[in-house]
Amino acid sequence: MKFQVQGREAYAYTGGKPFDAALPCVVFIHGAMMDHGNFTLLARWFAHHGFAVLAPDLPGHMQSAGPALTSVEAMADWLLALLDAAGVREAALAGHSMGSLVALEAAARAPARVTRLVVLGTAVPMPVPAVLLELGQRDPLAAIDRVIVYSFSTLAAKPSYPGPGVWLRGSGRALMRQVLARSADPLLFYKDFAACNNYANGLDAAAKVRCASHLVLGQFDQMTLAAGAQAVAAALKATVQTVPAGHFLMQECPDGVLNAVRQALR
Amino acid sequence: MPGPADPGFDTLALHAGAAPDPATGARALPIHLSSSFVFESCEHAASLFNLERSGHVYSRISNPTNAVFEERMAALEGGAGAIATASGQAALHLAICTLAGAGSHIVASSALYGGSHNLLSYTLARFNVDTTFVKPGDIDGWRAAVRPNTKLLFGETLGNPGLDVLDIPTVCAIAHEAGVPLLVDSTFTTPYLMQPFTHGADLVFHSATKFLCGHGTVVGGVVVDGGRFDWSRAPRFPELNQPYAGFHGMVFSEESSEGAFLLRARREGLRDFGACMSPHTAWLMLQGIETLPLRMARHVENTRKVVSFLVAHAMVAGVGYPELEGHPSHALAQRLLPKGCGAVFSFDLKGSRKQGVAFIEALKLFSHLANVGDCRSLVIHPASTTHFRMDDAALASAGIGPGTIRLSIGLEDPADLIEDLKRALKAAEKAV
Repeated sequence: MKFQVQGREAYAYTGGKPFDAALPCVVFIHGAMMDHGNFTLLARWFAHHGFAVLAPDLPGHMQSAGPALTSVEAMADWLLALLDAAGVREAALAGHSMGSLVALEAAARAPARVTRLVVLGTAVPMPVPAVLLELGQRDPLAAIDRVIVYSFSTLAAKPSYPGPGVWLRGSGRALMRQVLARSADPLLFYKDFAACNNYANGLDAAAKVRCASHLVLGQFDQMTLAAGAQAVAAALKATVQTVPAGHFLMQECPDGVLNAVRQALR
Repeated sequence: MPGPADPGFDTLALHAGAAPDPATGARALPIHLSSSFVFESCEHAASLFNLERSGHVYSRISNPTNAVFEERMAALEGGAGAIATASGQAALHLAICTLAGAGSHIVASSALYGGSHNLLSYTLARFNVDTTFVKPGDIDGWRAAVRPNTKLLFGETLGNPGLDVLDIPTVCAIAHEAGVPLLVDSTFTTPYLMQPFTHGADLVFHSATKFLCGHGTVVGGVVVDGGRFDWSRAPRFPELNQPYAGFHGMVFSEESSEGAFLLRARREGLRDFGACMSPHTAWLMLQGIETLPLRMARHVENTRKVVSFLVAHAMVAGVGYPELEGHPSHALAQRLLPKGCGAVFSFDLKGSRKQGVAFIEALKLFSHLANVGDCRSLVIHPASTTHFRMDDAALASAGIGPGTIRLSIGLEDPADLIEDLKRALKAAEKAV
């Protein structure tokens, strides 16, 4: 579904059902160099179980017009503007990795509009190694390869995502390459990961969040280590659930993540 | 699995997609010979059917053993995912029919396996899918053949029968300029010798019956998607970027940017055409793939020795192998196939059809049959078998002479293979 957000065309996947702003709304926000496909299964499940679902492509990512935004704060403002464009007064926010920071910041900026906060695969702060940022500027395809290697915990995640027969490392790599090619911005990788690295407001933001909050973490996550989520979990007074997966937990453990998000949104 | 790089090819050949069975601890992959899979609840069932969850429902659509084969092939090819099929022909049909329908057009290499040629020339034409054939090296011909209704370009990594090497980067650029994908038959090379996605191809298929299986036991195929073609912006493919009435109005490119083709191929092609692979076959394919790197290296090593022997033999008029300097694709082969040009090639005997027959019948180690890619060495004489209806002029136009012999070199001791060939060449010499 297309919207006009901050004067630019924005795309949001609605879970395979027409969007109905009268229903309780849940918004899924993808991570760096990804698109709404991070959340296809979750979006479909919630859309077919009584929710209005928005899973946007962030600006400059796949089907949403660029340029890409370069700070988590700007992405949070954009997300709230998307809610306005969709006629949504309040929503649950669920974000993964960079998207978790966007959800957190949006929940802090508009606490009255956020009914639940679910952060997946997160660390606050979310430092990115300088060597990866440098590689992202110099050779984004190599940087994508590096991220893929560290994002998965196994060579045999079952039943795979979004269905059997998908090689998760290959599909993740292919999506990131498509996102990069479509953006026509050779610095997109750098901008996304720099936005994560530069976001310094996370714990202050957590203190402003009023809704119930939930963390869903990958037991074997090497991108955002579990220790990096302790402070924000405490600041949010959040429940914490861990699933047996790496950083791309929705792909490696789709049912476990669905169960966790269902509990969070109950 | 920490580390700065993906696991290597040999590791993926053994481990991609499979782990010890969590239920039993079995280290080797179990064969899941079950047509269907129990639902946990009615809600679970509905969500599986509606693609709200990942999982198995019915083995025509997916199966746990087949899924390992599919994921392993995708890993070895550097792709996003794969679909196992009943045969290589089924894989080609699935790839084409996911993208094309009545009124569509295909541009294909003229140097194709006979079964592929039949499908395109006769069978698909009956369903109003037309094909223009282009010599694989005729780059201008590829470009000129593209029409507004063209849905894909298609060729073989090593063409049939002359082993023309497909210039994948160049043909791919033509395809992408036209907004269509390049489909490649990689049966003769396997991902060990070439990964077409690294050269820009979009879809790859195999007759897995050949080198992937490697033991001449079962028939199967697989189509692999590189996941990098942006279907959402491709106006020629409403099949993938417009609502599909056959699945609740699903728009496949919205469901997955990188997996749209595979989603439709599985949810329509496997569902409706039904040419799925047996889990037992998938298991045997995986047994073969576990040793693919070792076997392919040996296949190529043995082939080089046999080619060297034949090139120097007085009864041999010519050998068609791209590693030889005189082969028309030699330069391309050096660039695209540095690890080797496979283990199937043809050579021309000096003499008549009768001498060709005498040669075949004198062989003892080589098996006379219509297959390639077995661990055992194989031979066939096209003029007296696959092309026996043709006169010499028609054979010549197909690039086949009365004395053309096709070999598929196996894993035997190469000295024994050469000895067998020596004996048969002597028999041919005497059969004047």
